[in-house]
Amino acid sequence: MGTAAQTTERERGTPYEGPLLDVRDLHVEFVTRDGVARAVNGVNYSVSAGETLAVLGESGSGKSVTAQAIMGILDMPPARIPRGEIRFRGQDMLKMSKEERRRIRGGRIAMIFQDALSSLNPVLSVGFQLGEMFRAHRGVSRKEAKDKAVELMDRVRIPAAKDRVNDYPHQFSGGMRQRIMIAMALALEPDLIIADEPTTALDVTVQAQVMDLLAELQAEFHMGLILITHDLGVVADVADKIAVMYAGRIVETAPVHDLYARPAHPYTRGLLDSIPRLDQKGQELYAIKGLPPNLLRIPTGCAFNPRCPRAQDICRAQVPELFPVTEDDGTPLEGRGSACFFWKETLHDR
Amino acid sequence: MTANGASALGAAMPEEVAFTQEVPRGEPILEIRDLVKYFPLTQGVLFRKQVGAVKAVDGVSFDLMQGETLGIVGESGCGKSTLAKVLMNLEQATGGSVRYKGEEISRLSGSALKAVRRNIQMVFQDPYTSLNPRMTVGDIIGEPFEIHPEVAPRGDRRKAVQDLLDVVGLNPEYINRYPHQFSGGQRQRIGIARGLALKPEIIICDEPVSALDVSVQAQVINLLEQLQGEFNLSYMFIAHDLSIVRHISDRVGVMYLGRMVEIGSDAEIYDHATHPYTQALLSAVPVPDPTARESRDRIVLTGDVPSPANPPSGCRFRTRCWKAQQRCEVEVPLLVAPSWLAGAASHDSACHFAAERESEQSAAERESEQSAAERENGQGGD
Repeated sequence: MGTAAQTTERERGTPYEGPLLDVRDLHVEFVTRDGVARAVNGVNYSVSAGETLAVLGESGSGKSVTAQAIMGILDMPPARIPRGEIRFRGQDMLKMSKEERRRIRGGRIAMIFQDALSSLNPVLSVGFQLGEMFRAHRGVSRKEAKDKAVELMDRVRIPAAKDRVNDYPHQFSGGMRQRIMIAMALALEPDLIIADEPTTALDVTVQAQVMDLLAELQAEFHMGLILITHDLGVVADVADKIAVMYAGRIVETAPVHDLYARPAHPYTRGLLDSIPRLDQKGQELYAIKGLPPNLLRIPTGCAFNPRCPRAQDICRAQVPELFPVTEDDGTPLEGRGSACFFWKETLHDR
Repeated sequence: MTANGASALGAAMPEEVAFTQEVPRGEPILEIRDLVKYFPLTQGVLFRKQVGAVKAVDGVSFDLMQGETLGIVGESGCGKSTLAKVLMNLEQATGGSVRYKGEEISRLSGSALKAVRRNIQMVFQDPYTSLNPRMTVGDIIGEPFEIHPEVAPRGDRRKAVQDLLDVVGLNPEYINRYPHQFSGGQRQRIGIARGLALKPEIIICDEPVSALDVSVQAQVINLLEQLQGEFNLSYMFIAHDLSIVRHISDRVGVMYLGRMVEIGSDAEIYDHATHPYTQALLSAVPVPDPTARESRDRIVLTGDVPSPANPPSGCRFRTRCWKAQQRCEVEVPLLVAPSWLAGAASHDSACHFAAERESEQSAAERESEQSAAERENGQGGD
């Protein structure tokens, strides 16, 4: 992380060298009746064109809130962003005017939500909703917009697109609806797609179809992809690099193979160990003890310390930064970081 | 038959049926035969007429053995939750029979039904909606005692509830708290405690962990396994997460569009699946191992599950099956062990062309090797 090249302002559409998106020290809080809920506490990550970053975390880890902050779709208030930068092609989006942001949102960065049925308007035909993208951003006529909609539906392989363009969302199956969401995200050929649990609501056989489609389109258009999920299986299938979040912080970053082979944070390790394995049948599953923390009262020090088998006094007193992870002899491991004082022990434990 | 049969059976049954006789381990405790549940589709407001039916469960037969865990897997809409509701008598079966310890229970009513229900309990999927937010935990877990006061006399109830809380790993002092004060995993423990209250023999778990966080799922699975040993429970475990089902189940049944397509021991299903749908389902599961990503041989099914209101003729999977032939269109495949298979592959599978995938692969490899050799030979000849 943070390998951002010196960023200069560039014109839209020209090739850009550094990371597409660079999130730096992002904080997001929600003001509630019971106090301030610190949902995101200093998140750093970056995505380049053609790269897939998976953000892995449980509910309440802040993975979706970070995405919503990037898209600029947080309700403020109650949310507020006290600190941080969200640089898209080098420009801090948090400092942009509403109008500038609106042009980036949808056009340059698009988002796919988990629940396609509630993200689509039930009283408008899918063709109209797909065409709306072109009418709003490109100012084309209704007729042209509909043609574009058919083209998009073809591209995401919805059978008989021409006949179905005037159908309403409820007439499509769950997998088809998620395809429509993908079509909508692709409409303006964005540089970056943020997919928030895109296949969680789908059946496994349909999940495979949708993930394949997404990966294929990403390669075709050389887009950046941020995949937000809690599913370790989906991550292993498509991600290039992974950021694991816990209680609003990134606790571990690693290229996908390294993370599964040698986790360097006890939380990641616990997640991997709690997957049922063949050779453990009939035995007790490893379970991380305790519960995810309440964001109103995040434990002092490392937020994971009450659940951690390695916790020492230092973990309760001090918040660990994201330490670079190295081999024993000090050889740096590319792209790896762990927010654990005992990353070395965790890394070599396996 | 339904209304008359129900009352006749109800009357025939003595009031105080308690189903106390013990079923030895490994013997069937629940026998399901040709179970059918149709939901009528009606048209018109004033003159309602039936225009069809959603065939949610359409001829399912299997046994649940004493002390075992039977996993039921399948995609949404395959009828697995309807099956659970029919077994619980929350929905009246359209046809077929459910026998509990040899007694027909699918058409019971009144006190006989009550007696059966005491022994078959359910744990629901969503711990957020299956607990009444206005009742305390003590009231929720104690409510079954209101209906079956013989299990815990009034004076002992508070103690009984506290014991149950302790059994599922919650602090007994939480008895006066409300559901919103608990996390998802804790709520599911409350749901399990309620299911255990009447000391049932069978617990039907309908997606008990799918609403929970990954780190909490393992805790609940461990709890369920521990309780099974402690109370000698038989589980029917309905889920779509195939790796969890494999971990907890002794036997696994695979459903597709209202029918059981394959059933067998966990190894038979996971390592020696012979039904094409089971093979596709297993191959589609994302494996948490990035090294397997390139070597995976995934069967990506085309299309969607057909509507259960108008299922395909013959084999229901044929519209998405790569093996489908003329025969599949006209002849419904029976759920029997295919005579042409041996060893672990020889378990109940409803496919005319049941075969293990490995053998097919090796057959394909052999073929390609052969053709390569032929090509070489051909070139050599030239």
